Amino acid sequence: MLKKKEKALIKEIWDRLTPVAEDIGADALLRMFASYPGSKTYFSHVDIRPGSPHLLSHGKKIVLAIAEAAKDISQLTVTLAPLQTFHAYQLRIDPTNFKLFSHCILVTLACHMGEDFTPTAHAAMDKFLSAFAAVLAEKYR
Amino acid sequence: MVEWTEQERSIINGIFANLDYDDVGAKALCRCLIVYPWTQRYFGAFGNLYNAEAIKTNPNIAAHGVKILHGLDRAVKNMDNIKATYAELSVLHSEKLHVDPDNFKLLSDCLTIVIAARLGNSFTPETQAAWQKFLAVVVSALGRQYH
Repeated sequence: MLKKKEKALIKEIWDRLTPVAEDIGADALLRMFASYPGSKTYFSHVDIRPGSPHLLSHGKKIVLAIAEAAKDISQLTVTLAPLQTFHAYQLRIDPTNFKLFSHCILVTLACHMGEDFTPTAHAAMDKFLSAFAAVLAEKYR
Repeated sequence: MVEWTEQERSIINGIFANLDYDDVGAKALCRCLIVYPWTQRYFGAFGNLYNAEAIKTNPNIAAHGVKILHGLDRAVKNMDNIKATYAELSVLHSEKLHVDPDNFKLLSDCLTIVIAARLGNSFTPETQAAWQKFLAVVVSALGRQYH
């Protein structure tokens, strides 16, 4: 359960990261591809090498969607409805990958924020990303 | 048997050679107890764990975190046979400490985050992959003797 303070903290962090959405997103994706090579199978049709335009634009897209959802966490299901459909019927990414990607986002945040990524922020963010992933997978079956 | 490339060995040894055990060990265990509060079940005798501040300033937790981190030293020295190296420790965690082996992954994830926060951008995707591979082998070895 996300408390009020945690929701505010999460929103604040993503607001701050929005200007560097591209870097954060691309970094998290690269980490996932390096640690969990199976995740690359969803990108066989694109160039996912470091610095590739597609990697950057894709990373940006994902981070901006997360930042948007962070603005009003109590409305996750409403905000994510279109993405739910997209992931369930078009992308059909195995939801285990959401967990792997969430972990890599946490690592990216740690690298980026250093000591500012406090245990409290980490806990809140982990809860938020878990909730986000769960909602995203809701229309799968 | 686990295969390690020269690069992976070098990455792992490099991280441990420059590790501030007192800082990282304490921080990793604290973070685990804060991010995954149910792990506090194993620390009933350690004093005040009432909130994040209490956990962060608890000297027993800090000392234990350092002890755990030093426990990884043997794996680093015996990377080609971590399973055998930790057989006894695995039995200890199962038979005496009764720790659910799922917890090993939780602590290892927190350790990764603490190291990432310290190393910043030098904790590259490749470094992370090697580090996580090492911890996965450790976690597997620690859970190996459970029955």
